[in-house]
Amino acid sequence: MTPEQNFMRKIEAEEKIEPKDWMPDAYRKNLVRQVSQHAHSEVIGMQPEGNWITRAPSLRRKAILLSKVQDEGGHGLYLYSACETLGVAREELVAAMQQGIAKYASIFNYPAQTWADVGAIGWLVDGAAIVNQVSLQRTSYGPYSRAMIRICKEESFHQRQGFEIMLVLASGSPEQQAMAQDALNRFYWPSLMMFGPHDAESAHSARSMQWKIKRETNDDLRQKFIDQTAEQVKVLGLTHPDRDLKWNAERGHYDSGDIDWDEFYNVINGNGHANRQRLAHHIQAHEEGAWVREAMSAYKARRKALTAQQAA
Amino acid sequence: MKDQLDLFEVFVRARRGLDHKHVGSLHAEDHEQALEYARDVYTRRSEGVSIWVVRSADICASQEDDSESFFDPSDDKPYRHATYYQLPEAVKNM
Amino acid sequence: MTDQDLRQATQAYAVRLGDDALILGHRLSEWTSRAPFLEEDLALQNVALDYIGRARMFYGYAAELSADGRTEDDFAYLRDARQFSNLLIHELPRGDFAFTMARQLLTDVFSSLYLEQLLRSTDATLAGIAAKAAKETRYHLRRSREWALRLGDGTDESHARMVRAIDELWGYTHELFELDALEQQLADAGIGVDNAALRPAWLKQVSAILTEATLRVPEDSWVVRGGRTGYHTENLGHILSEMQSVHRAYPGVSW
Repeated sequence: MTPEQNFMRKIEAEEKIEPKDWMPDAYRKNLVRQVSQHAHSEVIGMQPEGNWITRAPSLRRKAILLSKVQDEGGHGLYLYSACETLGVAREELVAAMQQGIAKYASIFNYPAQTWADVGAIGWLVDGAAIVNQVSLQRTSYGPYSRAMIRICKEESFHQRQGFEIMLVLASGSPEQQAMAQDALNRFYWPSLMMFGPHDAESAHSARSMQWKIKRETNDDLRQKFIDQTAEQVKVLGLTHPDRDLKWNAERGHYDSGDIDWDEFYNVINGNGHANRQRLAHHIQAHEEGAWVREAMSAYKARRKALTAQQAA
Repeated sequence: MKDQLDLFEVFVRARRGLDHKHVGSLHAEDHEQALEYARDVYTRRSEGVSIWVVRSADICASQEDDSESFFDPSDDKPYRHATYYQLPEAVKNM
Repeated sequence: MTDQDLRQATQAYAVRLGDDALILGHRLSEWTSRAPFLEEDLALQNVALDYIGRARMFYGYAAELSADGRTEDDFAYLRDARQFSNLLIHELPRGDFAFTMARQLLTDVFSSLYLEQLLRSTDATLAGIAAKAAKETRYHLRRSREWALRLGDGTDESHARMVRAIDELWGYTHELFELDALEQQLADAGIGVDNAALRPAWLKQVSAILTEATLRVPEDSWVVRGGRTGYHTENLGHILSEMQSVHRAYPGVSW
C-alpha cells in the first residue's frame, strides 16, 4: 500500500489522521488554512465584545462577558495549538494574518454598536459558529477534532448568555425592545454568511469534504441554523428579518430569502466598518508587547548563563 | 529568536486517581510560567487537580513508518489478554 | 458603639472594599485583547475576573447590610465619583505593561497581608470573602513577582519602564496603610483590619522583590491621598462615565 493509499484508507475508515502520520501536502495546506483561519477568528472575535466589557450594564453581565471573551482567547489558543502540530509556528500564522494573507471570519468586521449587539453576537454569531463546530468535532485531523470537542463543550454557555441578553431586552422597555430588534436586523444576514458561499461556488469545499476535513456542506449547515433561529426569534417575540422566510412542509425546513452576496464580498474585501480597525488593533497590541517579549528572553538568557556559571 | 517563546505540551489530571491526559500546548518562557498559563488556559472550569508541562522539543515520539515493527509484534500474543482464556461456567469472575 | 452603628460602619467598609476591587478589576479588564501575547491576555483576564467577583461579593454584602432594597449594581452604577471610596492607586490608568504589573505587585503584596488579617474578622461574611480572595491573591502575587523579576532584570528598556512605573506609583502606596475613624473603630472591634500595622511587612517584602529584580525602593518624596473620602484623581470620572453609561441611559430597567 502506498502512503497515499494508506492515508485514504484511514480517511474512509473514519480513523483520525495524527500529526506524525504521512499526509498529502495539499491536505496539510488545506488544514493549516482552515484551522489558522478558525484560530484568527476566535482571537479577532475578542474585539467586538471586548469593547463592551467596561460598559456592561450590570456586574453579573460584566463577569459573564469577561469570561466569555476570555474563552474566545482560549479557543484561539487551542486552535493555534492544533495548527502547530502541522509544523507551522504560531508566530508565522499570526504574521500571515497581520499581513492580510490569512483571513479571519468576516463577521467580526461588523461593528458592535449597542449592548444588544453583544446579545446578538452571542446568540447568532456564536450560534452559527457552534452549528459549524459541532459538525467539525468529526473532522479527520485528530488535533483539530479534539480542539473542537473541547471548544463545543465550553461554548454552549456562550450562545445561551447571548440569548438571555436578547430575552431580557425583548421583554424589557420599548427602547430595549427596539435595541434588540435592531441588533437582530443587523446581525442576522451576516450570520448566515458565516457558513460561506453556496456549495457550488465554494473554492475549498469539495476537496475538504472528500478528505473529511469538513463533514457537512455550507448549505446544509446554514439550513440547520436558519431552522433553529426561526424558532428562537418566535420565542423572543421579535420580527424575523427575512420577510421571505416560510416553512416548507415537504422539505421539513424553512425556505428563506436570497442572501446578498455582494455585501458579503464587499465586507470581505475591506469595506466593512471594522476591517482596518480590527487588524490595526491586533498589530498595535503585538507591537506594544515587543519590548515585553524581548525582556522575557533577555531575562531567561541571563538566568541560563548564571546557572551555567554556577555549575562550572 | 526574541519573538518566539518555547512550545510546551500540557497534561492535566482531571481527578485524583486518573492519569494525566494530554490537553494541548501553549507558549511560555520557562516551566514555571508554562504551569501558570496552563492553569489559566486549560483549567478555567476546574478541569484539573494537577498539571504537567513538558517542552514539546523534549518529547520523543514513535513514527508512523516504524509502526509495523513497533506495534505489530504484539498482535500475535493474544494470550496476553484475559479474554483469550475460556473459564468453566462455575467460575463466574476471575 | 451600638450594634446599629457597627452594622452601618461595616456596610460602609464593605462598599470601600467593593470599590477597590471594582476599579482595579476595571483597569485590568481594559487589557482584554491588548496583552503582549495570547497566554498573558488570558491570565490578565483571569485576574480581572477575580476582582470583579470580589467586588460583587463585597457589594452584595453591603446591600444585605443596608436592607433597603439596594443591589450590588446600585453601588457600582448609581454613585458618582465623589461617592466612590476606592484608594487612588486602583484608578490610575493601566499605562504600559510595566505599570500594570508594578501596580499589581504593590497591591498584591498588600492584599496578601491584608486578607490574611481579614480572614480573622469576627464578621463571618467578611472572613469568608477574605478566605476566597486570599487564595486568588496568592496566585496573583506569584505572577506579579515573577513579572517584576523578568521586567526589572530583563532589557535596559524594560528596566527603565519598571523604574518609572514604581516611581509613579510609590506616592499612592501610603494611602494603603492609613485608617480613618471608621476603619479604626472597625479594627478595634475585630471586624476590620489595622492597615497601618501591615506597612513594615509590606515594605520588607516589596523591598526584597524589588532588590531581586535589580530595582530600588523610591524615596518617600511625595504622597497623594484622599480616595476614602471621595477626593479622587480625574481618572475616576472617566472610568465611571464609561462603566455607567448604558446602565444610566436606561434608568430602572433590567439587564
